[in-house]
Amino acid sequence: MSVGLALAMLLLLGGGGYLLGRQRGVAFVASEGTSVGAVHSRPGYHGAFVAILALLPAAALLVAWALLGEGLIAREVLAGLPAGAVGPSELDREAFLSEVRGLVRGDYAAAFNPNAEAAAAAWKVAARRYGLVFGLGALALGAVGALWGWSRLTPQFRARTRVERMTMILLVVASLVAILTTFGIVASLVFESFRFFQMVSPVEFLFGTQWSPQTAIRADQVGSSGAFGAVPLFWGTVFIGAIIAMVVAIPLGLMTAIYLTQYAAPEFRKVAKPVLEVLAGVPTVVYGFFAALTVAPAVRDFAISIGISNASSESALAAGLVMGVMIIPFVSSMADDALTAVPRSMRDGSLAMGATPSETIRRVLIPAALPGIVGGVLLAVSRAIGETMIVVMAAGLAANLTLNPFDSVTTVTAQIVALLTGDQEFDSAKTLSAFALGLVLFLVTLALNIYALAVVKKYREAYD
Amino acid sequence: MQARIRRRYAQERNFRLMGLAALSIAIGFLLFLMATVIASGWTSFVQTRVLVPVTLSPERLGVTAEAVKADPALLRRANFQGVVSDSVEQAFRTDVGIVSDGAWLAVREAVEEDPGLIGQTTEMWLITTSNLDQLAKGRIDLEAGEADRPVSDAEVAVWRKLSAEGKLEKGLNGTFLTSADSVDPELAGIWGALKGSFLTLVVTLLISFPVGVLAAIYLEEFAAKNRWTDIIEVSINNLAAVPSIIFGLLGLAVFLNTLNMPRSAPIVGGLTLALMTLPVIVIASRAAIKAVPPSIRDAALGIGASRVQVVTHHVLPLALPGMLTGTILGMARALGETAPLLMIGMRAFLTSVPQGFTQPATALPVQIFIWSDNVSRGFVEKTSGAIIVLLVFLLTINSLAIYLRNRFEVRW
Repeated sequence: MSVGLALAMLLLLGGGGYLLGRQRGVAFVASEGTSVGAVHSRPGYHGAFVAILALLPAAALLVAWALLGEGLIAREVLAGLPAGAVGPSELDREAFLSEVRGLVRGDYAAAFNPNAEAAAAAWKVAARRYGLVFGLGALALGAVGALWGWSRLTPQFRARTRVERMTMILLVVASLVAILTTFGIVASLVFESFRFFQMVSPVEFLFGTQWSPQTAIRADQVGSSGAFGAVPLFWGTVFIGAIIAMVVAIPLGLMTAIYLTQYAAPEFRKVAKPVLEVLAGVPTVVYGFFAALTVAPAVRDFAISIGISNASSESALAAGLVMGVMIIPFVSSMADDALTAVPRSMRDGSLAMGATPSETIRRVLIPAALPGIVGGVLLAVSRAIGETMIVVMAAGLAANLTLNPFDSVTTVTAQIVALLTGDQEFDSAKTLSAFALGLVLFLVTLALNIYALAVVKKYREAYD
Repeated sequence: MQARIRRRYAQERNFRLMGLAALSIAIGFLLFLMATVIASGWTSFVQTRVLVPVTLSPERLGVTAEAVKADPALLRRANFQGVVSDSVEQAFRTDVGIVSDGAWLAVREAVEEDPGLIGQTTEMWLITTSNLDQLAKGRIDLEAGEADRPVSDAEVAVWRKLSAEGKLEKGLNGTFLTSADSVDPELAGIWGALKGSFLTLVVTLLISFPVGVLAAIYLEEFAAKNRWTDIIEVSINNLAAVPSIIFGLLGLAVFLNTLNMPRSAPIVGGLTLALMTLPVIVIASRAAIKAVPPSIRDAALGIGASRVQVVTHHVLPLALPGMLTGTILGMARALGETAPLLMIGMRAFLTSVPQGFTQPATALPVQIFIWSDNVSRGFVEKTSGAIIVLLVFLLTINSLAIYLRNRFEVRW
C-alpha cells in the first residue's frame, strides 16, 4: 500500500469524523440555545474530538504496518520457499531478502539467486494481501473510533477540554523530538565507537601518531597495517580550523564589527550587514570549490615563488584561509552583539575624558566586551572544526603531523567523509573508526559550545 | 603637546582605516568569489552545435517511414547512433570526435515529430563534443603545447575549419537545465539534482516546520520551569551548533543501518536535514512568539478564552510571519548542505531524474561536489554553472524571507 493512499485514507477519516462531530455540535446549539452553559463546547471542538478518535487508531495501525509489515512479508516469503533454498545463517537470509527487495522494487533486472524470482513474485502477492488487510483494518478501526466518539457527544460533553488535552500531548511530543535527536546522536556514536574500541584500543586511537585506516582484506597484503592513531587528524583539524582560520577570521571579523558598530553611518550599516549575511549564507561546497580551484593553486605558486619546493596543491593554508573568510561574518556578528551590549555610559565617559574613539574602543570597549568576544570566538572555533566540505575539497587526505602551512594535512571531518563514502563493509574497523572520530568531534564541539554559551550568558548578565 | 595630539589623531585615522579595510576585504572576497564563479560558469548555459547533413537511410536505421507511421514505438529500437556516426564520417572525413555521443537523441526527437524525414538528407544542428565546445567558447589556452592542454592539435584544426566555414553556432544550453548527470560534460545537466533537492526539501519542510513550531509553542507558552524543560532547552541549543556531518552519521546509523530505509533516497536525506533544521526553526519560532506582547494574551484570557485558544486564535497568527521567516532561512541552509547527504549515500552517479521519495537521488550541492572532483574542462564549467543556479535559488529564498519580514513585521 502506498504512502499516498494511506494519507488519503487518513484524510478521509479525519475529515469525515470532523464533519460528523461538527454537525452534531451545530444540532446541539440549535436545540439547546446559545445561553451560557447550555452547550459546553463549540461545534468545532465536537468535530475535532470525533476526528481525533477516528484518526488515532487508524494512524497507529498504519504506523505498525510501516514498521512491521516488511518483517511479516519476509517471514511468509521465507516460509514458502523450498527447504535449503536459503543458507541457514542470519547473513544468508539478509542477503537473499535484500536481493528479493531489489527485484520487487525493480532495481535489478534479473535475479542472481534462482529462487529469488519466485520469492519476488511471492513477495508481491503477500505485500498486496497484507496491504489490503492492514488498509481495511485501519479504515474499520477509524470508523469504529469515529462512531464511538460520535455516540459520546452530548450538549454537556466537555469536548474542548479533551481536544485541548490531546493538543498538549502533541506539543509535548513535538518538543521531545529534540531530546530524542540528541539521544539518537549520542547512542549511535557511542554504540558504533564501542564496537570500534573492541578492535582498536582507545589509547592507541587517542594518542597514536600513525593513521592509515586501510585494513587488510587478505592477511598477506602489503601496506595493510591498519593504524588508527588519530593524533595527526586532531592536529590537522586544530591547525586548519583553530589556528589558520582564526588568524584570518578574528582580526578581520573583529575590525569589521568595530567599524560597523562604532564608525559606520547607519545607512552604510544597513547595506553592509546584509552583504555580510550573504557571505555567511554561501554554501560551504561553494567555498570548497573556490578553495580548491582558485585559492589552492595560488597558494602553491606563492610557496614555490618564495622557495618552498615541496609545496602541496592541497595545502593547509588554502583550506584555512577560505575557512577563515567563511567564519568572518560569524565572528563579526558575535563581536557586534558583544560591543553593543557594553553600556553606553562607559563609552561616553571615556570620550568625555578626551580619549579618541579608537582609544575608547581599545582601552574601554574591547576589555569590557572581551568575555563576549571570547565566547563568540570559541563558537566560531567549534564551527570551523566541524566544517566539512572546504577541507574535503581543499585539504587532502594525507595524515601529516606538520607545522608547515604549505604542506597537506587532513582533518577529522575529511576523514569521516573519506571513510564512509565509497565501498563499505559495515563491520570493519575502517568504517567504525569514522564513528569514533565523530564521537570525538561531537564531544569537543559540545564542550566548546556549552562553555562558550555559559561565558556569553554570564557576560550579558553582568551588564543587564 | 601638539605633536602628541597629532600622533593620536593619526592613530585614530589608521584604526578607522583598518576597520574599513577589514570590511572591504570581507566584501571584496565575496565579490571576487561571485565574479570567479560567474566568469567560469556562465558559458555552461551556452552550447555549441555543428551543422551536419544527416542522411536517414531506412537500411541503416532498420525501419521505414511507413512502418514508423503505423507504430511509432519502432523508433525506440532504430539505429540512430549508426546513422549519425555515418553522416558525420561522410561530411567531415576525420577521426576526430565532432558530435557528442548523445547527439543522436536530438535526431530521434526530430524524426518522432516528422517520420517523413526518413529516407531524406536533412541538415541538422547537433551538439558537439565537449572539447570542441570548450574550444569554441575560448576556454582552451591555444598558446600551450599539445601535451599541456586537453585537446589535440587535430581537434584545434577541425575547430578552425568548422568555424571558418560557419558550421558552428552557439545557442541556449537546454541540456544543462533539463537532463541529469552524465559521463560526458556536454550531456550533463542539473535537472536531476535540482529535483532531488526539491524532493529532499519537501520532506524536510513537512517534518521540521510542524514539529518545530509545536515544540516552540510548548516551550514558550506552556512548559513549566523544571528540569525537563531545561534539558529540552539545552539539547535544542546544542543541536543548533552540532556540526552537520554528525547529523549525517546519525542518519547513516539510525535511518539506514537500523531502520533499513533505502540508501540515497530523498526521504532519508529529508529526515536527516529535518533533524538538522529543527533547532533553527524552534529558536526562530520562540523568538517570534516572545515578540507577541503579553497584553494580547491577557486580553484574550480576560474574555474567557482557554490557554490553548489564546495560542491558536491570537499568538500563533501574530507570530506566524516570524516563524515562516525562520523556516525559510532554515530551508535555505538545508538547501546548501552537502556533508550529511554524502553520509547517507546521496552522491551516487545517476543518469536519470529521480521520480519519487524512495528512489536514489542526488542533491544540487552534492552534484556540485561530484563534478568538482572531475578535472575535465567541461566539468569545471558545469560545476560553476551549477553553483550559479544554487546561488540564484539561495538569493531568491533569502530575499523572500527578508520581504516577508519587512512586509509582515509588526512593531508593538
